[in-house]
Amino acid sequence: MPNLKDLKNRIASVKSTRKITKAMQMVAAAKLRRAQESAEAARPYTERFNAVLGGLASAFGGSDSAPKLLSGTGKDDVHLLLVMTAERGLCGGFNSNIAKLARQHAADLIAKGKTVKVITVGKKGRDAIRRDLGDMFVGHVDLSEVKRVGYENAREIAQDLLHRFDIGEFDVATLFFARFENVVAQHPTALQIIPAKFEDGDEASALYDYEPSEEAILADLLPRSVATQIFAALLENAASEQGARMSAMDNATRNAGEMIDQLTIQYNRSRQAVITNELIEIISGAEAL
Amino acid sequence: MQFDLVSPERRLSSVEATEVQIPGADGDMTAMAEHAPTITTLRPGVLKVIGPNGTDEYVVTGGFAEISGASTTVLAEQAWHKSDVSQTVLDGLLDAAKEAAANAPADQVDTLAKQVADLAAVGAELGLSA
Repeated sequence: MPNLKDLKNRIASVKSTRKITKAMQMVAAAKLRRAQESAEAARPYTERFNAVLGGLASAFGGSDSAPKLLSGTGKDDVHLLLVMTAERGLCGGFNSNIAKLARQHAADLIAKGKTVKVITVGKKGRDAIRRDLGDMFVGHVDLSEVKRVGYENAREIAQDLLHRFDIGEFDVATLFFARFENVVAQHPTALQIIPAKFEDGDEASALYDYEPSEEAILADLLPRSVATQIFAALLENAASEQGARMSAMDNATRNAGEMIDQLTIQYNRSRQAVITNELIEIISGAEAL
Repeated sequence: MQFDLVSPERRLSSVEATEVQIPGADGDMTAMAEHAPTITTLRPGVLKVIGPNGTDEYVVTGGFAEISGASTTVLAEQAWHKSDVSQTVLDGLLDAAKEAAANAPADQVDTLAKQVADLAAVGAELGLSA
């Protein structure tokens, strides 16, 4: 049995761990609120954008003159996976879930004989992906210096992606991120962004006049749409990360509390045992006299 | 007529307006109530919103405007209230545009050169040097 001094130290250390996890939980909660707010602020833009583009795309999708970003290159041999994770750990299964989905997707594609390339956003994802898909790794976007993701960040990533598409580095691009549902549920999601896929737009779109022309607008908007989708995904990811961290730290705090209770009981029992022992010694000493 | 101005990061304005002057890619246009449904792309320029509560001006870069009889929605890639556009902001935009124009492939040189010219025109309109 560990002695009293050891137990006491152990309790003190678990208590300070609990303090840290509690603080991390509260920080994550505050950050989550901010992340959710910015995700919500971005929603009107993304929704309108996709509705208009969806209408245009459904009118043009079938025609031969459709831009490559919409119709694809005509092949699907080379797939680019853009895997977005967090810059930091200690957020439960958040990073590993996204990495797992991406890895599985990559394995499926390889089984079908496709070539896979991977770009990662976020240090944690890079570490996880490099281990298994190291030879397919073509790039990494470092956002560790960025305190709060802005549209500018998304646009830079999109520009890099579009450049790679223009020079024919890949045929299909898929985005991996975690969709934020609520604090306890974040769903790892795969979203194909090139060639663009849209839900059928509202039929009213046919009534619009287009200036300059439908083709020109489509050609102007499609590259922007890549940035918009990446931005939306980055924001969702940021909210998911904080949500995941919050619930992970909440669990950790609770576990630490349970551990403290158990250790305290053990400590009290041992203390009682020591006292009883001392009493027995005194009594038997007195009897021997 | 309802007017909304949204950028990817936030909603800048959502007001009742009588008239909206939009810097369309093919030229300025003014949207008023009962305008025919139109979608136009934007060039860098000044967007003017005239409503019952006075006039507001915004600087927008790219994006598009969706006009219907009852509402006008402008989705701008970047947008600022006119008072927030300082010389530094404009310089930053101009530098980025010039750099893009300098490195552009041949088929895009004209478009990007026009961007630079449009931005310079914005500067002139705001009374900043370009």
